Amino acid sequence: MNWPSWLLSGFLATLALSTLLATTQGLGLTRMNLPYLIGTFVTTQREKARFYGFLIHLLNGWIFSILYVLVFEARHMANWWFGALIGLAQALFVLTVGMSLMPGIHPRMASEQHGPNANRQLEPPGFMALHYGIQTPVSIFIAHAVFGAMLGSLYQLAK
Amino acid sequence: MPLRPNVSERSAETSPSQKVASSWPEIHDYGIIGDCRSAALVSGSGSIDWLCWPRFDAPSIFAALLDRERGGRWSISPAGPANVKRQYIPDSNILETHFFSSSGSAILTDMMPGAANAFYRNDFLPDHEIIRKVICDSGELEFDIDFSPVADYGRTKVQIREFGKLGLRFTVGRGAYWLRSSAPLLITDKGAHARVVLRRGESLRFSFSYSEEAPAVLRPLDLSLDARIDHSVAAWQQWGRRASYDGAYRNEVVRSALALKLLTYAPSGAIIAAPTTSLPERIGGDLNWDYRYCWLRDASFTIRALLELGYWDEAEDFLDWMLQATRLTQPKLRILYSLYGDKAPVERELAYLSGYCESRPVRIGNAARDQLQLDVYGEVVDAAAQFAVHGGKLDREMQKALIGFGNYVVRNWDQPDEGIWEPRSGRENHTHSRLLCWTAMDRLVRLGERGMLRGAPIERYRQESNLIRRQIEERAWNEQIQSYVSVLDGQELDASLLLLSWYGFAEAGSPRMRSTYQAIRQQLASANGLLFRYRKEKIEGTFALCSCWEAEYLALGGGSLAEAHDRFADLIKYKNDLGLYGEEIDPTTGAALGNFPQAFTHVGLIGAALSISQREKGEQQLAHRPPAATQQATSQVRS
Repeated sequence: MNWPSWLLSGFLATLALSTLLATTQGLGLTRMNLPYLIGTFVTTQREKARFYGFLIHLLNGWIFSILYVLVFEARHMANWWFGALIGLAQALFVLTVGMSLMPGIHPRMASEQHGPNANRQLEPPGFMALHYGIQTPVSIFIAHAVFGAMLGSLYQLAK
Repeated sequence: MPLRPNVSERSAETSPSQKVASSWPEIHDYGIIGDCRSAALVSGSGSIDWLCWPRFDAPSIFAALLDRERGGRWSISPAGPANVKRQYIPDSNILETHFFSSSGSAILTDMMPGAANAFYRNDFLPDHEIIRKVICDSGELEFDIDFSPVADYGRTKVQIREFGKLGLRFTVGRGAYWLRSSAPLLITDKGAHARVVLRRGESLRFSFSYSEEAPAVLRPLDLSLDARIDHSVAAWQQWGRRASYDGAYRNEVVRSALALKLLTYAPSGAIIAAPTTSLPERIGGDLNWDYRYCWLRDASFTIRALLELGYWDEAEDFLDWMLQATRLTQPKLRILYSLYGDKAPVERELAYLSGYCESRPVRIGNAARDQLQLDVYGEVVDAAAQFAVHGGKLDREMQKALIGFGNYVVRNWDQPDEGIWEPRSGRENHTHSRLLCWTAMDRLVRLGERGMLRGAPIERYRQESNLIRRQIEERAWNEQIQSYVSVLDGQELDASLLLLSWYGFAEAGSPRMRSTYQAIRQQLASANGLLFRYRKEKIEGTFALCSCWEAEYLALGGGSLAEAHDRFADLIKYKNDLGLYGEEIDPTTGAALGNFPQAFTHVGLIGAALSISQREKGEQQLAHRPPAATQQATSQVRS
């Protein structure tokens, strides 16, 4: 395992992921705002939540990329399309399992069963995060595919 | 005693417009709630008939105001006949509608929480929200709740879906709308509906919210909603009671300031002319315009009103917006701007809408955006000058902008233009436009003399000011009718001639102004004493702002103090039961006409009250006080 290569490629790929997600949100394709959702785990203040969430998301992506690198090393294969494939698999997992678990694990997210209360007021994402816009899954798939593709190609280059 | 009966008494009396279309509320039946980003109009029967989210000039989600059948509304109304009494909670913009029937009574509270409220700083808050609460305070009362949104000015049906205890949801484009209700609602093909009987002490709570940038925030409908209403009341009252005005008509002045605040777009500081489009200036006619934009013309009056009431932040924000908005076109100015200072949209007609009381066409966008109206230069320069003489600092950038406007006026003041009333019949040499070009030169000379305008060609401005003055005195004065006239070398009058005194061009008590005033009264006064803005073939209502100008002209020395009070009293007879005004007043029925509520009318009302108060105290109008007096006033304002 090439640690410097992971550090660099993981950081750049996470930046690209964050930028793509922010762009699709800014273009109105989705209301999914990952930094905001993550940030509201730790604070109720909207602006601070966005900032904290961005930092946590960056760190999270960086650490998460280690899993990609482990798969690259295990398969002795690191290139853009293999990285993209892992990215798509991760996106599918996030959209199906991750999103359905969100109302249970997010301390400020409401659910259809209980409705909002004093602590839980965030709109839940619903299946495939479709509550946040019907193009949300597309946005998540594309962003994670790009994340994986960048990671694969950059890790290969720096190796 | 109000000329118009209030909603509860109105059933006994029908106006011609009501006979044309009895299902339409009168324009003055509406109250406004807002959050300084968007506004909703609520009828006397508890129906929200107009709402555009996320901002004033966005497409509507409720537009029954413009089409009863397809516009969409959200009503919470007694199922049977009921009398109605409305009020804003004092010094606030929280609307209370009290329904009385033979079986009982209930109070409906309507509000839009403000995002800037400090109370919410550590709390989740929906991007945009309307809170409605109805509580039965005696006996029992049956309510019909009809929620039937239609997106994009009544064009696009929405698909409402139920999401368990989260509430009802529908999406339009990138935005998600959530309705939460403490009463179970039945989804129908038109929206959602319920009929609920409330008994004494029972209440219903609703939260309707919109989000387009992030996951929505859904607030609980428990007692915390009541606390949010209380906090909003407190925040508005804190703002309203800041008004540093102790003269006559304080209630009307504070209500006007609160209305003006509601028409402020907080993110940029822009103040829109009105929150509606196409409410007609003549019922059944085609004088229907979109006023959801910011006119530079209003700048001078608005700045003065805000400054003199002590609302420094709002005045400064508006001036900043004005100078930012005009940056791209300087030294040229547009007539009107969007909320963020862009060019207002192209005018379009929505032929599928019936229009208010069949007044077609409904228009969105405004074609005046392409007009030349030279008076805006004077208004912008005068606004900046008023800000400066109140103690505001004109930074270098602002000084350069003002000099640019001045130089433009030097080159162009002799051009014909469309003028203040924005006719679509071509350009003429309007006296009012010349007056404001003179004002621009005069104020720049004054600022230069006080060392507030470095590098300005003061002598050149002085010369041009003299030239314009001479032209007005020679060609805008008609010897035959002994009056100033609307157009150079013309015969016609319009009420803007009263502003010759307001801007300090002619003493209000001078023979020419007194004679002009008499001519204006003769030609433009209606039977009810209010003024038309001009006489044209297309009949319209009396123009409320012009009556404010008249009261102010009298207070400035054109008449006695008693006469100024009389005119002001004539005007305030025509406020609605909530203290709101439209653009015009029907001279026969007293009904409001035109877009509602109208910022310019409320600014004019504040200005007239201020001038009357200054006359009572023996003060000069602030814009024309000598420097020593101005400095004294400035230090008082600042302290």
